[in-house]
Amino acid sequence: MNENVFIENLLIYAVIPLIKIVVIVLVLSGAIAYLTLLERKLIAHIQVRLGPMRVGWHGLLQPIADGLKFLLKEDIVPAKADALIFTIAPAISLIPAFLVFAVVPFGPPDMLQDFLGWTLGWFPFLNLDEATTERIAQNAIASGGYVTDINIAVLFVLSVSSVGILGIILGGWASNSKYPLLGALRSTAQMVSYEVALGFAIIGVLLVAGSLSLVEIVQNQQQEQLWYIFVQPLAFVLFFICGLAETNRLPFDLPEAETELVGGFHTEYSGFRFSLFFLAEYANMIAVSAIGVVLFWGGWLRPFPSFEWLNFLNFIPGVVWFLGKVFLFLYVFIWVRGTLPRFRFDQLMQYGWKIFLPVAMANVIVTAGVILAFL
Amino acid sequence: MKARPLYLLISPFAMEATLFYILATMLVVFAILTVTAANPVRSAVYLISALLGMAGLFFLLQAEFVGAVQILVYVGGIMVLFLFVIMLVSVREVETQRRANRQWKTALVLGIVLSFELVYFVVQGADVFRIDTISQDLIIESQTLNTETVGGLLYSTYLLPFEIASVLLLVAMIAAVVLTQKQL
Repeated sequence: MNENVFIENLLIYAVIPLIKIVVIVLVLSGAIAYLTLLERKLIAHIQVRLGPMRVGWHGLLQPIADGLKFLLKEDIVPAKADALIFTIAPAISLIPAFLVFAVVPFGPPDMLQDFLGWTLGWFPFLNLDEATTERIAQNAIASGGYVTDINIAVLFVLSVSSVGILGIILGGWASNSKYPLLGALRSTAQMVSYEVALGFAIIGVLLVAGSLSLVEIVQNQQQEQLWYIFVQPLAFVLFFICGLAETNRLPFDLPEAETELVGGFHTEYSGFRFSLFFLAEYANMIAVSAIGVVLFWGGWLRPFPSFEWLNFLNFIPGVVWFLGKVFLFLYVFIWVRGTLPRFRFDQLMQYGWKIFLPVAMANVIVTAGVILAFL
Repeated sequence: MKARPLYLLISPFAMEATLFYILATMLVVFAILTVTAANPVRSAVYLISALLGMAGLFFLLQAEFVGAVQILVYVGGIMVLFLFVIMLVSVREVETQRRANRQWKTALVLGIVLSFELVYFVVQGADVFRIDTISQDLIIESQTLNTETVGGLLYSTYLLPFEIASVLLLVAMIAAVVLTQKQL
């Protein structure tokens, strides 16, 4: 192993992934900030209001003002709260929400190939010859439109997001107050119930895709020239509904139902810690949308890959298609919030266990049967 | 004399050993804290940390399927339900209760036996851990994907134990429903 190979490996396995991680975290934080503005604006227009108008043109600087306010507010820990757990709970909630994006494929494995070949020349101190630059650019780990492609990506997403629930429970308990405790109890019951149905809905797609890697799932859709939404429409409907429930969005936002529970599990939280919970909630929303796009809507693929006369669409890069689809998902999330009333808690549990779970199981059994019999 | 090249410091072996010791320390420390913490919720949090360290060890052994399932089932499922129950218990009452119950003598004997076992293994070294009878099939299969290997083995070689375990869990589930329901 000489120095050159060492630098090559360092770039491929450490430096470039780290840069990607930093970019994703920064872009995600910005996206979340503006997602809150989008939500406020959309809900306002649905309710024939104007929404934020004061800070910047049509409230465009509102998220920045909100962020500053969160940072400057007094940091309050309730007197009888469990201070340690109260402090770490927001982090337990936020870290898994961001961790999911480590395996989300934003673009195809060769997304950054040209870009890397072009930019590596900017750093003369690396002393890279052309062949090495070429090798780095060709390496999927360096040039892929994702941080990492692991062969258990779907399981990773499910297990990591199940850890996020702990933040909510612990935060609600540590506050030592009745509303947060009730909110935490509700969200635990809700998330555990809907996680099961969500898992079964995903298994339907996995059976068709034959892989647990998110990159491979998109590549299989490319190969078959078909988005899995057309193969597994029922699984998608279930995924979407359970996704709403998992992210505590209306009509499933009972954990923080403001009319009955003040603010749910984060009633006692204020300032920066509250903003961490808030970030986690919106990061989860984007994560569910991204996973939904990858599993059902062809990830970075353009619409109707089988129609050749639409080939002119190929000039738009995959990552733009991906982000566009995620945006559509988020739009529908907000739209649903502006449209539907909230469930009652017993209704929510009934739907979860008695309708969604059996239907999702039936979907898995029928899909497996069809694959076994005809394919 | 030429200076030692920097890359030797981050060789895969050194990385693996470092990660192992970090994870192992984390596992042992949190396991001890789990049994010594007075507050049951704290205790549950320490147990979660220990389980995450365990999952990390599985990842290190390239058993990523087992690692992910460990997090999904134990941390995301069982520990969430644990916390669900513990939250409803009055913590102050539990904190003042006696910690060791009447079984401490039995536990002491078992603990001593286990300690001797541990010392024996440490003295004997790595040789006692070597498994000679590992079948050639398993070695070949472990070259392929983890999840597929586990799935294949569960539905072929180990089908019967797997089904028995499933039925056992089903029985436990039905029993829990029957016990909580006053009238069926």
